Amino acid sequence: MRATILVRPKPGILDPQGEAVQSSLQQLGFHVDEARVGRVIDLELDDGDESVARAELERACEQLLANPLIESYEIALES
Amino acid sequence: MSDPPRPRIAIITFPGSNDDRDAALALERLGADATLVWHAESELPDVAAVVLPGGFSYGDYLRCGAIARFAAVMGAVRRFADEGGLVLGICNGFQVLCEAGLLPGALRPNASLSFVCRDVALHVEQVDTPFTSHAQPGQELTIPVKHGEGCYVADAELLARLEANGQIVLRYGANPNGSVRAIAGVANETKNVFGLMPHPEHAVDPLLGSTDGALILGSLVDSARERLLTAA
Repeated sequence: MRATILVRPKPGILDPQGEAVQSSLQQLGFHVDEARVGRVIDLELDDGDESVARAELERACEQLLANPLIESYEIALES
Repeated sequence: MSDPPRPRIAIITFPGSNDDRDAALALERLGADATLVWHAESELPDVAAVVLPGGFSYGDYLRCGAIARFAAVMGAVRRFADEGGLVLGICNGFQVLCEAGLLPGALRPNASLSFVCRDVALHVEQVDTPFTSHAQPGQELTIPVKHGEGCYVADAELLARLEANGQIVLRYGANPNGSVRAIAGVANETKNVFGLMPHPEHAVDPLLGSTDGALILGSLVDSARERLLTAA
């Protein structure tokens, strides 16, 4: 089973990387109103019950992969 | 008259810490016995205070301080703090304490995205802490910063609580990193845990341009000594 975890700066949290990306895109002529930069974490897991895996991944996100004060996360699972 | 007792202070070395020896040198000169403690230790020696030094623990992977927080020694540091022990986090040490939940808030990349390395002016907002007792209220200090991720972040509710409890101990004069309300250093509610981005250990000798860091580290050494004497 493969898990993809998307970690994003929460709305309202200053994201200077996103601002730099947005301004670079503008300079290249791409019209972008806002850019936010997050992080992708790919995990390979043993095959098993999806809901168990999801609960484990939630714990992993809360404890390590994201800082819930400043980041939100999304978990996608594929068998 | 005999010399005052030298409190023993632990400095935690994580893989990637690089200001541990500077902190040890500064604390020794200010009257403490500094003991370096490796991150893999599960117990602390018998000490009167703990310092988490600056550096780039675990290469700053994932988020600054996110991995150091799970080092074996952090369990002992947490117990020490919970029992009211004095814990100081400098720069990366501040980031580790925030990630560990021993201090409120979080640190994000500098608003400028630039690494800042220069002397900054700081205002002492609280002198009733074990880390600032030698300073005068409102005193201006000059202490260097050197970090890429020192932008302090807290939501409105937390900020209101920090202001009301007097937990904002230091603020920047000219804000070098975009920190909310120019916060440079915060304490926990009970004021026995304190973290700051500037490096007091780099400002204890006139040769380095300022000795204002000695006000902070000297406060810590004297507070640690007082605790030693009270416990004896």
